[in-house]
Amino acid sequence: MKKILIVDDEPNIVMTLEYAFKKQDFEVFIARDGSEALHILQNNVPDVVLLDIMMPNVDGYQTLEHIKKSELLKNTKVVFLTAKNKVSDIEKGLKLGADRYLTKPFSVKKIVSEILGLLS
Amino acid sequence: MSNYGLLIIIIVYLAILFYIAFIAEKNSKSKWVNNPYVYTLSLAVYCSAWTYYGSVGMAANSGVGFLPIYLGPAIAIPLWIVLLRKIIRISKQHKISSIADFISLRYGNSRFLGALITILCFTAMVPYISLQLKAVAETFGIMANEPNKFGISIFDDSTFYIALILAIFATFFGTQATDASEKHKGIVATVAFESILKLTFFLIIGAYVTYYLFDGTEDIYEQISNTANFENLSKLPDLESGFNWFFIMMLSFTAIFLLPRQFQVAVIENSREKHLKKAIWLFPLYLFLFNIFVIFIAWAGKLTFDETVNAEYYTLLLPLNSDNTFLALLVFLGGFSAVISMVVVSTLALSKMISNNLIIPYGFLDKFVKAKPEQNASYIKNIRRISIFTIIILAYVFYINFSIELSLYSIGLISFVIIAQLAPSFFIGLFWNRGSSLASITGIIVGLILSTYTLILPFTIEAFTGSSDFTDFGLFGIAILKPYGLFGIDFLSPPAHAFFWSILVNTFCYVVISLAFRGHYRERNYAEMFVDSKNFSSLQDSALVWKGEAYVADIKNVLIKLLGEARSQHALNLFFKKYDLPSDTQMADARLINFSEKLLTGSIGSASAKILIAGVVKEQEISLPEVLKILEESKDAISSNKVLREKSAELTDLTSQLKHANEELITKDKQKDEFLDTIAHELKTPITGIRAASELLIDEDDDMSTDTRQTFLKNIMGDSDRLSRLINDILDFEKLSTGRQQLNLKKRNIQRTFKKAIGNIQHIAASKEIKIVNNNSFNFELPYDEDRILQVLTNLLSNSIKFCEQKKGVIILDYKLGNNCVEIYVKDNGRGIPDEDINYIFDKFYQSENQNTIKPQGSGLGLAISKQIIEKHKGKIWVEKGTKVGSTFGFKLPFS
Repeated sequence: MKKILIVDDEPNIVMTLEYAFKKQDFEVFIARDGSEALHILQNNVPDVVLLDIMMPNVDGYQTLEHIKKSELLKNTKVVFLTAKNKVSDIEKGLKLGADRYLTKPFSVKKIVSEILGLLS
Repeated sequence: MSNYGLLIIIIVYLAILFYIAFIAEKNSKSKWVNNPYVYTLSLAVYCSAWTYYGSVGMAANSGVGFLPIYLGPAIAIPLWIVLLRKIIRISKQHKISSIADFISLRYGNSRFLGALITILCFTAMVPYISLQLKAVAETFGIMANEPNKFGISIFDDSTFYIALILAIFATFFGTQATDASEKHKGIVATVAFESILKLTFFLIIGAYVTYYLFDGTEDIYEQISNTANFENLSKLPDLESGFNWFFIMMLSFTAIFLLPRQFQVAVIENSREKHLKKAIWLFPLYLFLFNIFVIFIAWAGKLTFDETVNAEYYTLLLPLNSDNTFLALLVFLGGFSAVISMVVVSTLALSKMISNNLIIPYGFLDKFVKAKPEQNASYIKNIRRISIFTIIILAYVFYINFSIELSLYSIGLISFVIIAQLAPSFFIGLFWNRGSSLASITGIIVGLILSTYTLILPFTIEAFTGSSDFTDFGLFGIAILKPYGLFGIDFLSPPAHAFFWSILVNTFCYVVISLAFRGHYRERNYAEMFVDSKNFSSLQDSALVWKGEAYVADIKNVLIKLLGEARSQHALNLFFKKYDLPSDTQMADARLINFSEKLLTGSIGSASAKILIAGVVKEQEISLPEVLKILEESKDAISSNKVLREKSAELTDLTSQLKHANEELITKDKQKDEFLDTIAHELKTPITGIRAASELLIDEDDDMSTDTRQTFLKNIMGDSDRLSRLINDILDFEKLSTGRQQLNLKKRNIQRTFKKAIGNIQHIAASKEIKIVNNNSFNFELPYDEDRILQVLTNLLSNSIKFCEQKKGVIILDYKLGNNCVEIYVKDNGRGIPDEDINYIFDKFYQSENQNTIKPQGSGLGLAISKQIIEKHKGKIWVEKGTKVGSTFGFKLPFS
């Protein structure tokens, strides 16, 4: 069973993603911001982290940095899912080591197939 | 008194003068040497033996006729001072060392003009100095009681030895430095000292004659009025002699400027311009004192002696007549003082002119270029020494040949008339930039010819042929060519007549030729510098317009030849420093040319300096219009410099303002970008929710439970509401912040608005079971936009509700009257606001991190909009710091 961590501060959005990934038999973890995410990551090693950027407290970038530093999480893919869609934002995200950079608003199906593609 | 005794006294007296000169030279920086009194007294070199003896003679023979010679300078003084200031400034700037330098530089540094003026001055000064010798010789004769002998060997003539002593004295002090523009403090000090002596002794003898020999002025007047020809002596002049007075006054007026010795003491030796202020009243006072007793001594002499006695020496004869040898000796020494100062200063000035304007530029330059610097210095000194000796010897020759027939007074006037020929070139040239070198030369030559014809020729011919035909019948017997009555103007005295004609024609030639012919561009360049000296003095070395090619090394070589290695290098270093040029500059510019010419001018005169420099540079012709244009530009540059500085300050100010504005703009721009980014983000969030939920709902394959379907549909509705709220807020905020939103100000009752606000929010509060309290029942009216204030109150209340705990929350709405305003509070017992947020809480889209767990319902614009609304009411909104429980928001609205 694949594991996914969804990190986003918008409950409505999280709800749709959670629904979609559960249907694909993912084990879904949910965090409302970076610090919550890091807390979850202490005890769990998901296959992929779906990460928003603009969040209170610890933002997406900081969360990614933490993940990259962790030996435990070296096989965990990180995918940004954010409303920030400027070219400079995308470059920055990929440079920091994200495996994919997806923008909001999104098609749920497309997100799911992207993640499945990434993990296969 | 014996011949030798007198000689010894003279020598002792000279030794004292030497000593004074020596001391003054040694302490040349001392206050005793540099003060306005010494300056004024040195100007009194004007009073030579001519004044000392001649005036009395003149007064005895023709009454008050001696006065104009002193009235001229006295009247001229105010004007003299004003002009002198300008002349001194120009002379200092250009290192001018004589009047020949001054005038020739004004006319484009003309070598010929300089030489001509030198010859003219020489011609004028030789008789003048011979007059002094004559006075010394004759008074020496009277004192030693031996008649003047002529025709004897000059080695038996005491006058010759006196002349020799004078020459040595003048040589010793006049040729100390090669730089002729340097000052001679020693000479000036002795001249001042002698001026005191001659005045004192003259006043003593005046008082002695008037009050000791006679019973005061009234006694003399009474006695003289009883004599036969008294009428002629005392009457004021009629119209014809009025003209005489006028012209003689004019003559002495020009002399005070133009006599080489006056130029020397007044201009070259002037150490401070402000000394002029004292001189303006002190010098006329000196002249006045000198003339007080003249008429009484003259009358006393007339009453005492018969017609055969030379009236010019009454001052000596009167005390001798009453056996007062000591007093006579004082008078003699006074006269001798007058002679020495005049001779020394005159020969000093003349020798510089002869060396710098005549001998060096005509022939000695090649020698200078080849010789070593030390040799050159001694060449220059030797030329000057020989000049001084030559002048005095020539004066002696003149004295031997002519002075028997001529009175002191008439010789003096001859000199004045000759010198006056410089007047048009000098005075007009100072104020008229068109005056040209050709005009000046022509005017001077014509004037010189005319004054020779009308003044010098008659007595010379008479002296050599013994016939007065020329005088009586005119040239070739033509009556209108009579030298003393040219074209029928025969009512003037010969000097006045000569002055009138020569100056008239001289001025005419000068003006006409200046107008008719255009001068060389160099002339016009200097003309502008002189005429507009105030403007050009600030231009300094740039005032000379020069175009061409020159190497610094060549110029330096020339400088070394005359100034020596060390001085040249020093001067050049100063120059480079002054104009901020690198010390290894190769090509010379106009400034260096001008600077070097000035440097050399001090040693060898401006004409020679120009020739020497011109020898090593390749100058290009510039057209006159171009010169004028460049000068005009430089002048403008100076005057606009001040304006520029002011403008520059303004610009700096503006620049910093602009910079500030620009920084502000950049910040604003950045803020705008951030704002737009944030809006985009905020808008995208609900859209994303709607988009994703809709997608899931539309999938018909999906067997979604009804509950889930319901949830997604509810979410879509919520997101849609959020979207529309957000859009409203953004539009609201934008309207307020750009000032497009107008307030609808009306007097409203604050209590009623409170009730409305509570009514709007009550259902939300009720759902969380939070109490909203308003205990204040005081009604108060003030003007505000009720809808807007309701918006603020609703926002604040809903914020409070948001942060209050369910069931426990209490919100207090209250107000109080402040200073000219109403203060309104919304107080709650909720979570409160952390201190670090307080400063940012009113910023748009600022959302406290404190609320992270529950996504706030607002758009992030609520408080920012509230702030805008309150500020639009000219009020203030704030949140109180340091509250222990909950948070307190307040805002105040002014009464008007």
